[in-house]
Amino acid sequence: MNPTGPLLDQTRAAVVFDHVSKSFGPKQVLRDVSFQIPEGQALCILGRSGTGKSVTLKLLISLIKPDQGSIWVDQHEITRMKEAELSKVRRKMGFLFQDAALFDSLTLYENLALPLQRLTEKTQDEIDSIVDKVLGQVGLGNDKKKMPSELSGGMRKRAGLARALVLEPKILLADEPSSGLDRITAAEIDELLIQQKTEHNTTVIVVTHDVHGARRVGDSFVVFDKGDLAAHGTAAEVEQSENETARKLISEN
Amino acid sequence: MIKLIEFIGKVSRFAFKVVIDLFHPPFEGAQIARQISEVGAKSLPLILASGFALGTVMTFHTRSTMVMFGAGAMIPSVQAIAFFIEIGPLVAGLLLAGRVGSGIGAVLANMRATEQIDGISSLSIDAFKFLVVPRVVACVVALPLLTLFMDFSGLLGGFLSEYASSNISFHLYISRAFSEMAWTNFVPPTLKTAVFGFIIGSVSSYFGFTTNKGAQGVGEAATNSVVVSSLLIILADVVLIKCIFFLFPENAL
Repeated sequence: MNPTGPLLDQTRAAVVFDHVSKSFGPKQVLRDVSFQIPEGQALCILGRSGTGKSVTLKLLISLIKPDQGSIWVDQHEITRMKEAELSKVRRKMGFLFQDAALFDSLTLYENLALPLQRLTEKTQDEIDSIVDKVLGQVGLGNDKKKMPSELSGGMRKRAGLARALVLEPKILLADEPSSGLDRITAAEIDELLIQQKTEHNTTVIVVTHDVHGARRVGDSFVVFDKGDLAAHGTAAEVEQSENETARKLISEN
Repeated sequence: MIKLIEFIGKVSRFAFKVVIDLFHPPFEGAQIARQISEVGAKSLPLILASGFALGTVMTFHTRSTMVMFGAGAMIPSVQAIAFFIEIGPLVAGLLLAGRVGSGIGAVLANMRATEQIDGISSLSIDAFKFLVVPRVVACVVALPLLTLFMDFSGLLGGFLSEYASSNISFHLYISRAFSEMAWTNFVPPTLKTAVFGFIIGSVSSYFGFTTNKGAQGVGEAATNSVVVSSLLIILADVVLIKCIFFLFPENAL
């Protein structure tokens, strides 16, 4: 795939980044970045620290706005959307934050029930049933009364994933899902992401430093280097990239 | 100077948004009730203890002078008027700025640093309406009520101090305390604390909600919340007293 080539038909893409640039003060973190992700596929974003990976996810969910370019999510151009319209698009996305970002004043159950109570017309019984089901999927069925402070790092990540999945998103964004976790727990999180993609046809976008996990989860890869898109394609294509950083980052050795 | 004007503009816009959002659905009834409990009920022991101690100390200080001028019978009246008109509202406001202002600033700044605010936005929930508006409303509602508790606990402290010196009966103390009081000595000064509550809620929420300095921002937000809220309460008190004198000239004796 050619990162700077013409974009494919947007109706087939879950997400399209079209010539997006973003700066924070004098520091440009993304420079004219274009890529897209077909529906139901998993994209892993790799890059050294501070190269705009997490910024890309926040742009996607419109927590921040790009300086230039446009971003399409599920065929909606979100960069110029008003908050009310944006809210509808965000409901199609789930976000697993790096440190899970669970609300520390609410129990695990309340963390998951909150979006269902506020954004859907479901009855309390239906909400209870959905929360139980999603917590069961991530292996936290017996922990719903616990506060986030009572959970271990791995449990927090799984709880964050459960919250991201509770509204059955079409697109799942995960920011460093395996950071700070041992290999076994990281592999469990990766399995949950793969399961979500294969069983629910969810488009998954993962920012990670863990190349082993990325290769397990990802169908395609984007590599950032100093704000530029250095490579975009399958693992084999990135391995053949002209960019040395991209080749090093995708290498399992 | 430009930075000061810029700061005033930003805080004013923030506070204005609180008022606008307050009257737009969804109304955060549950969150408001939760915050009133947090702000009001949990501040009550501090308010009662401080009021009682202040009432006792004030009688200690004024008693000898009043008795020297043959005005011992006026001690309850002086105590009541001083507490209801000025000491109760101002001290309750400053105490709440310390306890609640720092708490709001630190909690919101911590939520910002740990991406919990982004987490709320990513779930299509208006984080400002969900986190800021209930806290400001809680301060506006709770402070006048806390002021009443401070007034009466001060009166109780004054009575016990006076009882220890002169064996005055409770009935006589109360009848003398309220003999010179008009409703205009009582209602406007109590209600002015709603403005103090608005200042505490808005300023503290502003510092906490808008910080972007990570963990360092938590401490800064807590400190700035207390300092700026306290300063603004004292300045607002001067203005509000002039307004009360204008509206109720009989108070300006």
